[in-house]
Amino acid sequence: MKRELPFVLVFIFGMFMLLQYFVPHEKSEWVYEFFLAWTIIIGIFALALGIWSLFKVSVDKIKMHRPGWGYSYVTLAGLFVMIAFGFTKRNGDAWGLYHLWWILGLLCLGAIMQVRAETNTGRKKMYFVVSLVLLAATVAISIFDNTWSFHFYTSEGLENTLFRNFFDYIMIPILSTMFALLAFFIASAAYRAFRARNLMATLLLFAALLVMSRFNPWIPGAEYVAKASTWLMNVPNLAAQRAIVMGIGLGVIATALKVILGIERGYMGKG
Amino acid sequence: MFYPGPLVALVDIGRTISLVIIGGGLLWLFIRALKGKEVDRRVIFLFIFIAVATPILFPITFGEKATRVVKAVYDKIESLPAGSTVIISFDFDPAMAPEVQPMANAITRHCLVKGHKIIFMSLFATGQALLTQTLRDVVETEFPDKKEEVDYVNLGYKAGNEGVLNVIISDFKKMFPTDVNNIPYDSIPALDDVSSCKDVDLIVSIGGGKPGVKEWVLFVGDPGRVPVACGVAAVVAPQMYPYYPKQLLGLLGGIKGAAEYESELIHNYPRFKDVDTPGLRMMGPQTLAHMVIITFILIGNLSFFIKKRKDRQ
Repeated sequence: MKRELPFVLVFIFGMFMLLQYFVPHEKSEWVYEFFLAWTIIIGIFALALGIWSLFKVSVDKIKMHRPGWGYSYVTLAGLFVMIAFGFTKRNGDAWGLYHLWWILGLLCLGAIMQVRAETNTGRKKMYFVVSLVLLAATVAISIFDNTWSFHFYTSEGLENTLFRNFFDYIMIPILSTMFALLAFFIASAAYRAFRARNLMATLLLFAALLVMSRFNPWIPGAEYVAKASTWLMNVPNLAAQRAIVMGIGLGVIATALKVILGIERGYMGKG
Repeated sequence: MFYPGPLVALVDIGRTISLVIIGGGLLWLFIRALKGKEVDRRVIFLFIFIAVATPILFPITFGEKATRVVKAVYDKIESLPAGSTVIISFDFDPAMAPEVQPMANAITRHCLVKGHKIIFMSLFATGQALLTQTLRDVVETEFPDKKEEVDYVNLGYKAGNEGVLNVIISDFKKMFPTDVNNIPYDSIPALDDVSSCKDVDLIVSIGGGKPGVKEWVLFVGDPGRVPVACGVAAVVAPQMYPYYPKQLLGLLGGIKGAAEYESELIHNYPRFKDVDTPGLRMMGPQTLAHMVIITFILIGNLSFFIKKRKDRQ
C-alpha cells in the first residue's frame, strides 16, 4: 500500500491534468486552478523545508568542524539578517533600539547553534540559558520599541535601508562578479577549444568567429560580417534549435507518460 | 561617464596608451606563436582584464542601429495606442542584472513616454528588489508625474513559477488580490480593464532563466494569443530564436540588444539624450574583449599549426 498509493495518485492526477487540457468547461477549469493553487502551496512548504535543511546542514558542519565550518556562521547570519530586514521597517526618523534588536537576534541564533553543536553538557546548559535570555531581550525590544515595526503583508520591508543596502551593495555585486568571471574562463576556453583540428572543429571555429565579430565595428567589412552572422543565427541555428526543442518536447511527453503509467519510478527514489 | 573639458585630453591619452599596450602585447604573443609557443592562462586573464577595464576608465562608445529583432519590439510598443497595458516581468536575478536591467529600464522608459500603463511583476524572488531599482531609478526620477496604481502598478513577486502564469491567464485577481502596497486589486485604477492576461496588449519578459520567457510563451502567449516580447542574456538568446517571429514578436539579446534599443530610443526621443545608457556604455568593454578573444583564437590556431608542422618534420 505504501508503494501503490503514490502510483495511484500520480496516475489519477496525471490523467486528469492531461484530459483537462481538452475539456474547456468551467468546472474542469475550476478544478484545474484548484490543483494549481496546491502546487504553489507545496512550493512554499518546500521553501520552508529548504531553510530548515540549510540550517541543519550548517549546524552539523559547525558541530563536526568540517572544512570551512566557519563560513556556516556567515551563511546563517546572512539568511536570518536578510529575513529580519525584509520584514521590518522604520516608522519615523529614528531607529530606536532596532540595531540592538537584530544584533541580539544574531547572538541568540549563535547561542542556539552552540547548544546544538556543543557536546559538553555543562556548556550546553550555559548556552541554553544565554540563548533564552537573548531571545527574551529580542522579543521584548520588538514588542516595546515603536520606532520600527514588522510588515508581513506588504513589501514595505523591501524599502528598509539596511535590506536595500545589503541587496544593492553586497548581493548584486557578488552575484554579478561571479557571472562576470565567466568572461575570463570563456576567453581561456576559447583559446584552447577553438582549434581547426578537423572539418567539424573548423566549422565551429568559423561560426564562433563570425558570431563574435558581428558586434564589432572595428572588424573590416563589418556590415557583411553582421549579415553573415545574422544568417547563421536565423537559419542554421534556428533550424538546429527548433529540432532540439521538438526533440525535447517529444522526450517530455514520453517521460510524462512513463511517470503517469508507473513505468518510470525515479521520483520514488527507486529506478 | 562624462569628463570635464581639461580631462578629455587625458582620457584620450589614457585610451591611446591602453590600446597600444593591448595591441603591442598581442603582437608580441603573435610573434611568440610563430615560434609555436603557447600562451599561459594567466596572460589571457591579464589581457581580458585590461580590455574590459580600459573602456570603463576611458570610455569608448559606438553608434548602434537597431537590428530587425530589436526593432520589432520597439515598433510594437511605438504602435500601441496611448493607454495600452503592458506587462513587464522581471524574471532575473542579480547575476543577470547588469546585462538585462538596462533593457528593462529602456522598455519602461519607452512605455511611459508613450503613455502606456505598466504592470510590473516578477517570477523570480530576487526580481522584486531589482524591479524596485527600476522604479526608483527610472520611473520616480524621470517620470515624477506618473502615479503609482494609476499609470503603473507593482504586483511584485509571486511564488509558483508556471503555476502563477497558468492562473493569471484566466484570472489575475486570484493570484494577485493586492499589489505590493496591499491595495486591493479592485481599487487599482491601472487594472480597471484587466481581469486576465488576455486583456493586456503586450507582455515583455526580461530574464532568460526558468521560469521566464519560455514559460510566458507556453502558458500565456500562445494559449491566450497575447503578443510576447523578451529581453534575455546573450547566452540565452540563441535558444529564443526558434520562437521568433511567431511566438515572440521580437527579442533583445544581451548588452548589444540593450544598446540597440537605447540608441533607437534616443534617436526618436531626444529628451532621453542625457539619461544613463548602460547598454551603450558597456558595448565598449564588450567589443574590446571580443577583439582580444578573437586575436587569442587566431594566435592559438597559429601556434597549433606551427607545432603540428614541427612535429611532422
